[in-house]
Order: sequence, then C-alpha cells, then structure tokens
Amino acid sequence: MRIGVVTFPGSLDDRSALRAIELAGGIPVPLFHGDNDLKEVQAVVLPGGFSYGDYLRCGAISRFSPIMESIILAAEHGFPVLGICNGFQILCESHLLPGALTRNADLHFICKDQTVSVENTKTPWTSEYSQGQEIVIPIKNGEGSFQCGDETLAELEAEGRVVLRYVGENPNGSRNKIAGISNKRGNVVGVMPHPEQSIETLTGPSDEGLLFFTSILKAMVSK
Amino acid sequence: MATIVVEVMLKPEILDPQGQAVASALPRLGFTFAQSVRQGKRFEITVAGEPTAAQLAEVEKAAETLLSNPVIETFVVKVEK
Repeated sequence: MRIGVVTFPGSLDDRSALRAIELAGGIPVPLFHGDNDLKEVQAVVLPGGFSYGDYLRCGAISRFSPIMESIILAAEHGFPVLGICNGFQILCESHLLPGALTRNADLHFICKDQTVSVENTKTPWTSEYSQGQEIVIPIKNGEGSFQCGDETLAELEAEGRVVLRYVGENPNGSRNKIAGISNKRGNVVGVMPHPEQSIETLTGPSDEGLLFFTSILKAMVSK
Repeated sequence: MATIVVEVMLKPEILDPQGQAVASALPRLGFTFAQSVRQGKRFEITVAGEPTAAQLAEVEKAAETLLSNPVIETFVVKVEK
C-alpha cells in the first residue's frame, strides 16, 4: 500500500509522517510540491509545517502548487487525503474542506499534549478508533482556531463530520472545540493535532496516533 | 504608473485577536480613544499607465482567489495615483 507525503518548501513533519506510514506497515512515498505526479500512491498526507513561510495566509500559496492541482482533482473523486496542521490549513484554502484556521484566541503558539475525542470513525483515516475514544496527541500551532459560518457549523455537526474535538478547555478558540473535520464524502480529513507525532511512546505522549495510519491501510486493503 | 490597492479585512463576525491585542496595548501608552481595533492587510499593485477596466476585473479575481480568503475575509479594490 503506497501512501504519499507531500514536501512543500517549509514543511516540517513530512519525515515524521513518512515514518508513521512505515511503522503502520505501509510503503511511504515522498512527493514533491513542484511535481504533479502522484506516483501511483493510493492515499496522500499533507504534513505539518510552515509551507511558504505561512506568507499571505497559512496554506494560501501551497494550495496553488502543481501537486495540489492533482490532489484536488483526485480528492473530488474520492481519493483519500489527510491534512495535518498546516496540511489542514491547505485543505481549507483549497476548499476541499469548509471553514478556515485563524490565529489562536490568545495569540500564543501552543505546543502541548492534548486530549481529543474521536467523533467520527466512518472516515478511512479513523475507522480503527472506537466512537468517542479519547486519545492524547500533540498540538503545535499558532493558527489553529477553527472558524466557519453558523450554517457550515450546523451542517458539520448535523452530518457528523466533526472528526476530532478537544476535550477539556478549548485551547485556541475553535468553534465548538473542533480539532478536525471531514468533507461530505469522508475521504478528505483535516486535523490540527499531530497523530504522526504520537506513534510510539518513546518519542510521543502515546502511540494512539498510529491508528490514523493503520486505518487508511486497512481501508485500502478492503477496497 | 498607477497603484491598484487591495484592502483585505476579516469579516466582522470573525474573531480578530491581533486587533484585540492592539486595542489593549493602546491605553497602556495613554491612548484612550479606541473602542475597538480590527487589523487588516493592504496590497499595493503597480501597473504601467492608467489601469484598464479589464485589469481591474483581473485584480478583483486575484483578490477573490489568492489575496483574500472569502470564507473569513472581505476585500475592496481601489486605484491610487
């Protein structure tokens, strides 16, 4: 099972994502922003970082890179995409996901282990979790506050498209404590916390993030 | 040579913590006039000669697709000499 990870200029967590895929049992395939070739991968991860220095708006310039053209087209036809942190911001800027990520309410860059609950286990990225399962994975961002209009918010909630929700205090002012969402079809998922940084207890607060990667491998096999 | 200016502001309903931080810093410096502050972005685009209607239409399009995010922001386009 080949899973791609895109490196943009300024990506930070691309190597961690590649490693997570390998640890989960998949074949990690590095992809490059300036290339429009998806190299026959069956799913793709947009990693965290500060692509294009976060200039203009986070993700705004990456969204127009050649690889994103291929990914947007494929995603509209059901190709699985997971955006983590900056990847989530890119997915919102690409309009593959609704809403936007804005400055954290207290303006601080927040870096800590965060408990979130998995609220949608129907996506190919979260099927190995149980509904409502609480997991500890790190957040590390300055612009992680999820914002959208009232109508979009109602739609996300009614359709069960909130994938992750912060447990306890709202860390950044996100509406309804949303930490991750999916598109209508469920193939495109964006999360602010970093599952790829929680894949083994030696290097992360838990190994509970690994299930994102075993989930997608399982989804690909059973297809 | 003329300058086409695009001003981008967060929509009123979107939280603007940067503007709030500026608003709370002002009184510390003795400036007490501000009820609230909203912070935005300004782009200055120079073009050769007088901007044509077609150019302005293109700038509008660029403002909508790249310079602003219509989900959270609004923009205005104007010409300055």
